[in-house]
Amino acid sequence: MINKSQNLNPDLFNKDVEQKATREGFGSGLVLAGKADRNVVALCCDLTDSTKMNAFEKEFPNRFIQNGIQEQSMNSVASGMAAMGKIPFTSSYAMFSPGRAWEQIRTTIAYNDTNVKIVGSHAGISVGPDGGTHQALEDIAIMRCIPNMRIVYPCDVLEAERATQEIAKLKGPVYLRLAREKTPIITTDKTQFKFGKGEVYFESEGKDIKIGIIASGPLLYNALMAAKKLDEDGVGVKVMNLATIKPLPEDDILKFAKGLKGVVSVEEHQVMGGVGSALAELFAQKNPLPMKFIGVHDQFGQSGEPNELIEHYGMGITHIEEAARKLL
Amino acid sequence: MSHLHDEKVKELEQKAHEIRTSIIESLIEAKSGHTAGPLGMTDIFTLLYFHILRHDPKNPHWEDRDRVILSNGHICPVLYATMAHSGYFPVEELKTLRKFGSKLQGHPHREFLPALETSSGPLGSGLSQAIGMALAERMERGKHSGKYFYCLMSDGEHDEGQVWEAVLQAGKEKLHNLIAIMDRNNIQIDGFTEDVMPLEPLKEKYEVFNWHVIEADGHNFEAMAEAISQAQAVFDKPSMIIAYTIPGRGIPWMERRPEWHGNPPGKGPEDVYKKDEQAKEALKTLRSLEGKIKSEHD
Repeated sequence: MINKSQNLNPDLFNKDVEQKATREGFGSGLVLAGKADRNVVALCCDLTDSTKMNAFEKEFPNRFIQNGIQEQSMNSVASGMAAMGKIPFTSSYAMFSPGRAWEQIRTTIAYNDTNVKIVGSHAGISVGPDGGTHQALEDIAIMRCIPNMRIVYPCDVLEAERATQEIAKLKGPVYLRLAREKTPIITTDKTQFKFGKGEVYFESEGKDIKIGIIASGPLLYNALMAAKKLDEDGVGVKVMNLATIKPLPEDDILKFAKGLKGVVSVEEHQVMGGVGSALAELFAQKNPLPMKFIGVHDQFGQSGEPNELIEHYGMGITHIEEAARKLL
Repeated sequence: MSHLHDEKVKELEQKAHEIRTSIIESLIEAKSGHTAGPLGMTDIFTLLYFHILRHDPKNPHWEDRDRVILSNGHICPVLYATMAHSGYFPVEELKTLRKFGSKLQGHPHREFLPALETSSGPLGSGLSQAIGMALAERMERGKHSGKYFYCLMSDGEHDEGQVWEAVLQAGKEKLHNLIAIMDRNNIQIDGFTEDVMPLEPLKEKYEVFNWHVIEADGHNFEAMAEAISQAQAVFDKPSMIIAYTIPGRGIPWMERRPEWHGNPPGKGPEDVYKKDEQAKEALKTLRSLEGKIKSEHD
């Protein structure tokens, strides 16, 4: 059952649940962050409309830097601005930033522990028709292994708006992962976002709970749909929204996993190095248990419609459901 | 700034001599590190820290200080030695260069030495950071804050694509308080720059990217002071000072030789001195030249 204390969208399981892209939430959240702190500045690489930084540019033209198509330099420029006390947000497609700018992010941002927020939009396979070159499936892995870096991956537009405002208040580097496509709105204005927490969004009632599903990003919706089906079929299940991937909310996850037969990880990313890997590292050390990994398995994507690709690469609702049943 | 009195030039020459000696002593202790670049840039660092910069070594985070952004971090022995002689930390600490737990990491790391403006090592990203600092300053205090951002770069790092991204942007933003100084010493690890990846014509390249370009003798204090003074007076463009330097300057048997780019005394080419004699001979050469390296204006 939906966890009532999280104040989730009452229409969540309706067929016509409202949909909006997480990047939209970033756009409005950045304006709010800019209003709350005059040191918030924004930099973009010729993708201002796509990443939804245009709202900030309109509101604060003097605090926006058009960086041209220079993802590497942009991140170092942001490091310099942070050294002078600014709170820069850099944005591009995740494939290019962080993708292309990895060493600049490592050395000039993370090694210096500067206060830069790296925003990678259009992450995941759901970018769709643009094809494999534009589908960032490795960005969590390459950011996760950099010391000082933190990673936030919101599940919907509202969480993205809240997370953007929260990370503006955190000191130090953060990677914010966003998606291009409209995805179901899971939360409401009353749902809280707490950085560094894993929240339980679904929990079967009156059943012995054997399976846990931990999902990051908009695929949380598929995880919740799968859980609903399993629950209706008599399988006790619970679902966690893992919006903070690093630092991993270890206590929340271990509490969640206690007594479970197994856990399914769900992410729109390579399984190698991503959310599933992070969970496996934790479970192997502190609470060994069987896992199934939903995500892309060491493959590049290709052109197609978002849902078509999600299904083809094994991240659909039925895939999650089947993975959970295999753990029983 | 402008004219340097003879007394000041003598004082800078003496300082540069002490700093060169410290560089060689620290490299001998470290048993690894770069020699040619630091010696070649010693006169420019001395001029900056002992004449040009507005800074306070006892208060390294003073808000109104000028910023020095070292892009080619591998020449840090000269940065460390100059900072120590300016009073940022004790000169004795130079002997910990590259040792475990030292403030003086093999390439600069701000976490270990917080008085640094940035960490560096991987080439090509300093200019972008200097741009970011200058942009932030302009946002905060307008065009005429009086603070300067000095980005020290190598010629070899101009092979990096990121440098040219930054060169484009600084021209676009007309960052007049940004003054880049290029160590034009013509060498990089694999040989002469014009053989590895030709860079010329550098002056014209920067000019067409909308920079003000000044060329100067990097070992002539008066010429360099004049170049910096001129750069400070430019109000509609960033400035690039192409400083012609001699790698290994101060130890004639090391000068102009790519083989001394990445080796300390004791690990260099053996055509003049055997490896086990190089440390002793390097210090002896510096001692015998004391007071004899004249700034080239006289």
